[in-house]
Amino acid sequence: MSEVYKVAIIGSGPAGMSAASRAAARKLDHVLLEKSGHLSDTIFKYQKGKHVMATPSQLILRSDQDFDAGKKEDILDKWTARTADLGVNVKYNAEVKSIRGTGPAIEGSVQKIVTRARDGSSTTTEVQRFAPPYAIELTSGETVMAENVVLAIGTQGNPNLMRCPGSDLPHVTYQLDDPYAILDEHIIVVGTGDAGIENARGLAEDSAQGNVVTVLNRAPKSTNVRESFPTAKEPNAKALVEDDAIGKLAIRYETETKAVEPGWITLATRDGEERIRCDRIIARIGSAPPRGFVEGCGIEFASADRLAFPTLSPSFESTAPGIFVIGALAGYPLIKHCMNQGYDVIEFISGNTDLKPADEPLLEAKFADLPGRKSVNEWLELLRGNIAILDGMTALQMREFMLDSDARFYKKGETIFEKNAPGSSLFAIADGSVHVRIDPNDSSKVVPIPKGSIFGEVGLISGRRRGATIVAAEDCICVEISRNAALKLQSQVPTAKRAIERISTERQLLQMFGSGLSSDDVREVVDTAKIMQVRAGEPVITEGADDKDVFVIRVGSMIVEKDIGGKPVFLSYLPAGSYVGEMALIDGGQRTATVRAAIKSEVIRIDGEAFRRVLDAKPALLERARNDMEGRRRTNAFIESKKDGFSGVVDLYSEQAKFLVAQGLGEATDVLLIDERLCVGCDNCEKACADSHDGLSRLDREAGKSFAHLHVPTSCRHCEHPHCMADCPPNAIHRGPDGEVFINDTCIGCGNCQRNCPYGVIRMDKVPPKKPSLLNWLLFGNGPGPGEPPYKWSKKNTKYTGDPQVDEALDRKKAIKCDMCAGIEGGPSCVRACPTGAAIRVSPDEFLTVARLENEGA
Amino acid sequence: MATIASKRRTGASRQRTSTHEGFLTHRKGRWLKISALLAVALIALYIFVPLPGQHFGSTWLGYTLGTIGALLILWLTMLGVRKRAITPGRWSLKAWTSAHVYLGLLLIVVGTLHSGFEFGWNVHTLAWGLMMLVIVSGMFGIWVYATLPRALSDNRYDEDGAITEKQMVEALRSIDRQIHDAAQPLDSEAAALVNRSLEEDPFAGSFWNRLTGRYPRDATRSAASGLRQMRANKPRVADDPIEKVDALLTRKEAMLARMRRHLKLKSWLQAWLYVHVPVTFALIAALSAHVVSVFFYW
Ligand SMILES: Cc1cc2nc3c(=O)[nH]c(=O)nc-3n(C[C@H](O)[C@H](O)[C@H](O)COP(=O)(O)OP(=O)(O)OC[C@H]3O[C@@H](n4cnc5c(N)ncnc54)[C@H](O)[C@@H]3O)c2cc1C
Ligand code: HEM
Ligand code: SF4
Ligand code: SF4
Ligand code: SF4
Repeated sequence: MSEVYKVAIIGSGPAGMSAASRAAARKLDHVLLEKSGHLSDTIFKYQKGKHVMATPSQLILRSDQDFDAGKKEDILDKWTARTADLGVNVKYNAEVKSIRGTGPAIEGSVQKIVTRARDGSSTTTEVQRFAPPYAIELTSGETVMAENVVLAIGTQGNPNLMRCPGSDLPHVTYQLDDPYAILDEHIIVVGTGDAGIENARGLAEDSAQGNVVTVLNRAPKSTNVRESFPTAKEPNAKALVEDDAIGKLAIRYETETKAVEPGWITLATRDGEERIRCDRIIARIGSAPPRGFVEGCGIEFASADRLAFPTLSPSFESTAPGIFVIGALAGYPLIKHCMNQGYDVIEFISGNTDLKPADEPLLEAKFADLPGRKSVNEWLELLRGNIAILDGMTALQMREFMLDSDARFYKKGETIFEKNAPGSSLFAIADGSVHVRIDPNDSSKVVPIPKGSIFGEVGLISGRRRGATIVAAEDCICVEISRNAALKLQSQVPTAKRAIERISTERQLLQMFGSGLSSDDVREVVDTAKIMQVRAGEPVITEGADDKDVFVIRVGSMIVEKDIGGKPVFLSYLPAGSYVGEMALIDGGQRTATVRAAIKSEVIRIDGEAFRRVLDAKPALLERARNDMEGRRRTNAFIESKKDGFSGVVDLYSEQAKFLVAQGLGEATDVLLIDERLCVGCDNCEKACADSHDGLSRLDREAGKSFAHLHVPTSCRHCEHPHCMADCPPNAIHRGPDGEVFINDTCIGCGNCQRNCPYGVIRMDKVPPKKPSLLNWLLFGNGPGPGEPPYKWSKKNTKYTGDPQVDEALDRKKAIKCDMCAGIEGGPSCVRACPTGAAIRVSPDEFLTVARLENEGA
Repeated sequence: MATIASKRRTGASRQRTSTHEGFLTHRKGRWLKISALLAVALIALYIFVPLPGQHFGSTWLGYTLGTIGALLILWLTMLGVRKRAITPGRWSLKAWTSAHVYLGLLLIVVGTLHSGFEFGWNVHTLAWGLMMLVIVSGMFGIWVYATLPRALSDNRYDEDGAITEKQMVEALRSIDRQIHDAAQPLDSEAAALVNRSLEEDPFAGSFWNRLTGRYPRDATRSAASGLRQMRANKPRVADDPIEKVDALLTRKEAMLARMRRHLKLKSWLQAWLYVHVPVTFALIAALSAHVVSVFFYW
């Protein structure tokens, strides 16, 4: 242990590299530790030739390194050269295993680490923090000492490790660089995702390689590869199954590893244990987020939420003194932000405390239109001071939060949003107050919401349309918090989460049961209400049970089923915002049907007794609940009577409903459904889609699943909580004013959304050149005609200019998906252009009704 | 069916539907009713309105019917443009098709009455005849549209659910690769037979082959029967590679049959338009000749 560096920077991504460059420029005594053999492994692994984007464009870059949009290879070359010029002290192949303080124990500073097991139980370990200098231990066994540590390891994480005895032996590996370099070995591949499949197939491609490759699959064999290989792409899985069929390699189904020893492996199969030869194991079983490692360093996360980031001070210092966190790991996934933070953090560590953050101009612009001349910091203070849910935030969090939010001034009487408008953002009142209109026809019937409170939470939580119109009661300033910022806020600030939950529960109840109720009436109900997570398929109410609770669906949707003649029959579909369970409460007796989650959902469980008391006190409410109940009863009776008559009809109706739910309709807001009995396969729907969107079709009519003549083509369903939004670095995916989920121009083409969408509806493609007009084609046959032009035509007709800037833009691939023809008069072109009426776009609650049974039964 | 026009926030409005309603029953058969009513009314006019002279076509009613008929034909032809011009607006091609079908049928009445039942070997009767040909082909099209989609859909299902045309092609390729590998140990004569099946393009065959679904000189078929003959003449051995190839060829045949049924149905769904549309153009030419000659010679 010779030297103690002033600062050790871990991870050489844009954040860490920029930090090290600053340190080198400042002649600070530093070391940059990088796991891989090159700089910036995340970017290094982008696909070849990927165009890297430099968003947000208004943000100025503050770094000793250059960064402009361009080819990944060029950018990395520049960085590597500049890093050498600056004399950065880089240590490659230096993977950090642990970071320990070597100073005295810090009093009262104990890190609590909660680990969750698969079965849901959790254990808490407490770790005493020690003061710097830190001993940074590498996997090579070497130790590096530093006073300050900058953690910039990104969010890619490490591969999941095998756990069986012997899994620490050296021939158990997690990566395969060159499958063709391995010859004459017995190899076991664990994991049947795309990575594992590609490795296995590469190893067995040529019999001359002489490898004996066995792939272990936990799932049972099935003729449907989507079931036996749920995490792989279908063509990959099919190819693997083929290789197995012709004996190139072997797939072992329902098999797991039991133990590893040199040269051999023991497998646990359905028919008992088996020991086979094995010279090498390649485990491709996904990767774990770096959270465990980070927590182990004494760094606290804001909450247990999967989305949470470390708790940081304005100068990026974590709860472990002297350890700083920057970059994607700190919650800033864009390269520019990362690089700026790298610069800033070194300035802070060097004692330059009055450095203005680089995002200052962005925030200045955010506040520019508000009345009263205040500085950014004053505005941030005002918001934090006035808005209750922002109370627990740090200055750094406030800045980040405002980057994704908007502050607006509304004049008295101005409408903030209208009932039934789609919208998933949350509003908070920083100054003034607003009115909720409870009667659309009478503008004098209002409920006030005071300064400091929030509104719009229903849209945020359920993803459904706005429940009421909101108008400014006086001149006021509100912050519109985008869905992403609101989700982040809830995971960062647990008190904010609880406050939002309580308000939303209360409002949801008041709204559902109509006027005449005040918050005092429902206080007891709200206090006893519990928010529960329900997994897809899990029941909240079971037919024949004796409980009396009422459930409000907060997130997701439910289906109601009843056992008729020994078969569960689908009765109805309940979207978020509805309630169930009132029948047993009002009429007594056992539950008459089963209610289960169509998709992963959240319900508010309301204590039956407490609710009963509200009903008793409010006869009007009881009356309403009775009416709702009667309506449901009639539906059920109707279905049951049909079941007696021609049982085939009800079975079909029920099976179709279940099929649609299995296709994820439970989370859709607007889905394309094709009746195969009407579809003549003309593909005019696809052509119309292409012709109304830059010549690229966002719909694959033939692909997708079918059941009993009902076809769900591959096209966006505009999910209530879109999975595609989860991980978009520039935050380019939004819900538009008509409820559509769309991608705007800031897309950087990273492909995350394509990977995240479970329905495979996003494609990455470049825009084809413009076609000659329809008339030109009809009369003279010019151009490729209606629909998406063939690839060849596009290639031939792309007019390259020779200017690399322009040509690059012509070739740039971006994420493309259905936008529901937003803003086009008449609505979705696919539906308008279908000659037979086979294609419709519907919301599941419009479609899954008994009306269907009446129509189909005829 | 519920049709709600919801006002959208962007100002663009959209027709919302909640169930599938085919073009024949569009709006509970609105165009069927309109056309039937018009047909009855026109026939009544023809029967009950007293008109002078012999040439019905040149009476006021004749001219009216003629004008209506000619305009109707032009409008019916516009369906081809409507189908391809995806302009904004609250049109629906389904509504157009519905109107096209029933107003097209009404033309039988309009055109025939207009002729005054005077037929001969002239351009006028030619126009009428072509019109009837288009209409009859249209009626055939309706029959095709009403019956084949169901069969097309049924053909796609197997025990694992529905597969698409692309998946059928993929499946064939996959079987081909397996046949290729399994055929390695075969002697050259057998290998040549198998090779012909492998070289066969699933999309090959004439238009006629497709429409009938019959492919008399199918290579897979002949390879399978050839192999069986060879095996019959040889002593039986365990693990005979021929047996394995035979089993694969049988699987390929089944998938090929399915694919061909699929192509056959798809062809029929389009084939009638190859009569309907070109004859439409012939009709428009004949119609122009008819109109011109009428104004010159009468
Ligand atoms: C496909 C794709 C495309 C993208 N395109 C863009 C784009 O066009 N524009 C844009 O702005 N953003 C883009 N992003 C986002 C951006 O790449 C990342 O958010 C950014 O790289 C994060 O930088 P970072 O420095 O925080 O971490 P990373 O870049 O992830 O770097 C972390 C580094 O730490 C190293 N490391 C990890 N653990 C250890 C350890 N224990 N010890 C030592 N070293 C370790 C890693 O090897 C790696 O080199 C894209 C992301 C992806 C996945
Ligand atoms: C003289 C009268 C008619 C004319 C001029 C006419 C003309 C046309 C034209 C030009 C098309 C467009 C084809 C395309 O572009 O793909 C078409 C389509 C069609 N016609 Fe007719 N037609 C006539 C009568 C009829 C009748 C009587 C029927 C039915 C009974 C009919 C049924 C159809 C159908 C079903 C289509 C296909 C719609 C589609 O798939 O887009 N037509 N017709
Ligand atoms: S792209 Fe996929 S995840 Fe996103 S809204 Fe559409 S269907 Fe849902
Ligand atoms: S829209 Fe998709 S491809 Fe584009 S930046 Fe976002 S996640 Fe990446
Ligand atoms: S436009 Fe209608 S009939 Fe044609 S392929 Fe699409 S859904 Fe089928």
